[in-house]
Amino acid sequence: MPKDTSLTARIWAFAVWSVVILFLINLAGLIGSVVTSSFATRWLGTWLPAGFTTKWYFSAWDEFQLGDVLTVTFQVVFAVVFLSGLIGVPTAYAMARREFPGKRLVMVLFLLPILVPPVTFGIPLATVLYQVGLGGTLTGVILANLVPTVPFVILVMIPFIEQIDPRLEAAARVFGAGTFGVFRHVLVPILTPGILAALLLVLVRTIAMFELTFLTAGPGSQTLVVALYYSVFAAGVRAVQSIDAMAVIYMLTTLVWLLIALRFVNPTQIVARAKRDAH
Amino acid sequence: MSTESPSLGARLSARGLDGTTLLVLPGVIFVVALFIYPFLYGLWLSFHPKAGPALANYTKFFSDPFLYGTIWTTMKLALPVTLINLLIALPIAFRVRLLRRQRLLTTLLILPITLGTVLVAEGMIFYLGPQGWFNRVLMLAGLISSPVKLVNNYWGVFISLVITGFPFTFLLTLSYVTGIDPSLEQAAATLGANARNRFREVFLPLLLPGLAITFCLSFVQAYSVLPSAVLVGDPSSATRVISIAAYQAATEEYDYAMASAIAMIMGLTQLGVVALVLGLRSLLYRGPVAAAKG
Amino acid sequence: MTTPVFQELRLEAIRREFGGFNALKGVSLTIRRGEFIALLGPSGCGKTTALNCIAGLLALSGGRIMLDDRRIDTLRPEQRGFGMVFQNYALFPHMTIAKNIGFGLRMRGTPADEMARRIAAAVQLVRLQGQEAKLPGQLSGGQQQRVAIARAIVIEPPLVLMDEPLSNLDAKLRLEMRQEIRRIHSSLGSTTIYVTHDQEEALSLADRIVVLREGEIRQVGTPEELYARPTDLGVADFMGYRNRVAGRLVGEAGGFVRVAIDGGELEGLLQGPAPKDGRVVVALRPEDLRAGAAGSVDAKVTAIEYRGHEFVGLAAVASGAELHFSADERLAAGAPVRLSGARERTLVFAETAA
Repeated sequence: MPKDTSLTARIWAFAVWSVVILFLINLAGLIGSVVTSSFATRWLGTWLPAGFTTKWYFSAWDEFQLGDVLTVTFQVVFAVVFLSGLIGVPTAYAMARREFPGKRLVMVLFLLPILVPPVTFGIPLATVLYQVGLGGTLTGVILANLVPTVPFVILVMIPFIEQIDPRLEAAARVFGAGTFGVFRHVLVPILTPGILAALLLVLVRTIAMFELTFLTAGPGSQTLVVALYYSVFAAGVRAVQSIDAMAVIYMLTTLVWLLIALRFVNPTQIVARAKRDAH
Repeated sequence: MSTESPSLGARLSARGLDGTTLLVLPGVIFVVALFIYPFLYGLWLSFHPKAGPALANYTKFFSDPFLYGTIWTTMKLALPVTLINLLIALPIAFRVRLLRRQRLLTTLLILPITLGTVLVAEGMIFYLGPQGWFNRVLMLAGLISSPVKLVNNYWGVFISLVITGFPFTFLLTLSYVTGIDPSLEQAAATLGANARNRFREVFLPLLLPGLAITFCLSFVQAYSVLPSAVLVGDPSSATRVISIAAYQAATEEYDYAMASAIAMIMGLTQLGVVALVLGLRSLLYRGPVAAAKG
Repeated sequence: MTTPVFQELRLEAIRREFGGFNALKGVSLTIRRGEFIALLGPSGCGKTTALNCIAGLLALSGGRIMLDDRRIDTLRPEQRGFGMVFQNYALFPHMTIAKNIGFGLRMRGTPADEMARRIAAAVQLVRLQGQEAKLPGQLSGGQQQRVAIARAIVIEPPLVLMDEPLSNLDAKLRLEMRQEIRRIHSSLGSTTIYVTHDQEEALSLADRIVVLREGEIRQVGTPEELYARPTDLGVADFMGYRNRVAGRLVGEAGGFVRVAIDGGELEGLLQGPAPKDGRVVVALRPEDLRAGAAGSVDAKVTAIEYRGHEFVGLAAVASGAELHFSADERLAAGAPVRLSGARERTLVFAETAA
């Protein structure tokens, strides 16, 4: 369609772009404030800090045991990514390829953990985990985080698998491949982009997942986002700048992965795929 | 052994049950064990209060304004935030749809997903605080004479929910908007429909079902707000949302039965809104949004 | 909004670029009222671009579109009042058939009773009685096609634009709808511009055919003119001249030229002046190159298939080049064959004309 050049159309376009720009400016200001503060020697009641330093990053590292926290974070995140792929992909394959009685019910089963907010199922889940002795442990945190990610991988992968021609698998079987062989030599190579995309999004989600980790983590199993929450919550105990340094470290860890994810997937496509199934 | 009737395996696979179908089992077992079971356990637990009759937790919740008031407090935040996010996302998605290079802008707009609620809260304390850049710029421009209070109250949580909720709402809306066959708009134009009529007659009816889904998913996220309600809100009164009440019952009073009851009420009230929206949605057209093809 | 009946539509050197790519390189054409014009060409030749420019769905990069003495390329599509039938039909999936057909009338604020009357008439014209309350998704492809046509013509547009409307239908239905489209065009007396890549469709439907290639008009003429006298090899290729054989002019006899080719000699009509170096390309249809004892080209049969009323086959000359020919009997693959061309339907082009 050619551009509408009437006055109302132009005013409307101007208004919409203004909102976008305002949003982005304020977002930049918000992030910029945190970053600036993390490098500030002292910043009270002025436009810019009195001076700049990198010492807060070193003190944050020591004060918050960021080395340990980061280790825990990545242990949790990679375990969640690996396990949700391991459980989710074969399940998605069966859901995409077979019609069986009760399939709709199973579909609803996979939708529920995504539709119910984490706090709602997190509290009973934490209670159960504490009962069986997993509360506060690394395993408990991993299990809790898997609850929304496994269905997420399933829902994203189903349409991905559906679009692969089943004759490819039939051909592989004709040439003598067993079920495992079909998976190993045909499906995994074709599905790699899809699996990669789904798992990268799982990774970003898990780094940022606050509620479930918060409810199930103990002192030794805090991830970065929970550690950050506690330090902000207890603000005043520590220098604000070192909290900000930690926030910047947190932001960078997620940002890197999001940018990697966006190189592999068009964000609207991934949602479109997941959403088509949510109908 | 009868040779006429097929083997059990063959009969099962005729109904779609074979080795491949069994691959759903890990996923199903996982969700049942870690979602359905805890959920049902929580439901059971909520009817077994520390003291009193089975319904004691629920009667306690609905007789204490400090508790039942949280439903209204949460609704008051989640409903307008979701609506506003949707109303901002829709026109922006329509603009982005027309761009040839959508990727950079889309990436920028969904950036807050990486920030997470905690970082946004931390940033807001700085940026929107009385000494922050936001108030300084407004005062410099002469728009206000003294700093506006935008954190540690209702608006703090409101803003943080808009920032963290917008990317998700926008992404969903954009995918629905770009999913509509552009030839439908062209057809409407050649038939004499101007931009306003094209939106009202073609886009809106085709988008509404998708927007209803978007509303529900965004609402669920806003409804379970926890960290920002504590960090940039006023967690003892104006932004004492229902998840705070549940969390306090669990971790401060160690009353897991009560916490579960609150979690169930939370799930139920939120599902109520979702059911209402989806019920309205079922009245709408819900077919393919591409041009119909034979 | 309604465009009055016009005498002629003129495209004046219209151009369209897509980020450096020239889809239309200055196309000029005059279309008279009541004509059925086919824009014919391979995909990517600019025919759909031209149609979208006329409809107002694409802005021009240069040139003008005039309706008599009114300039219309600056108008938005909704201000032009033309009817358009889209390749994928573009029916509104959420509206009933009646609502779809009545959409253009509603946008024009037509009174309810008149609207009902005209919708009913349009439904009758495309023979869809009884389907009014259905949604497009419930109709077959052919029926959807009829709805798309009814929706475009119910507003009584002075100009109807059709973008490959039959390409999504199967062969039998395509033939049926072709007659339908021609019937509707005649009964309404409107002007139609029809885009297609199918020469048979263009030949059977149009009063005049415009052949486009790489964004330029190659030839304009009646179906008969184009079929018998394509002006260049490109158009000839499109008109079913499947044999294109390089050769050398060796003589002239009674208005025909003689061309030496691999394996023998063919006679034909020289198009344009004779090239200095004598290098030419002979173009002729398979049905005009027949196997028979009196032939003038020696070749070996490489494949043959039965086509009902005759056989068609491929034969290779000594150099390995292959010719499409027709025959009255099944010839064995590998057997030698002599081929003769119908000289009055054999066209000879200078080699540079490709």
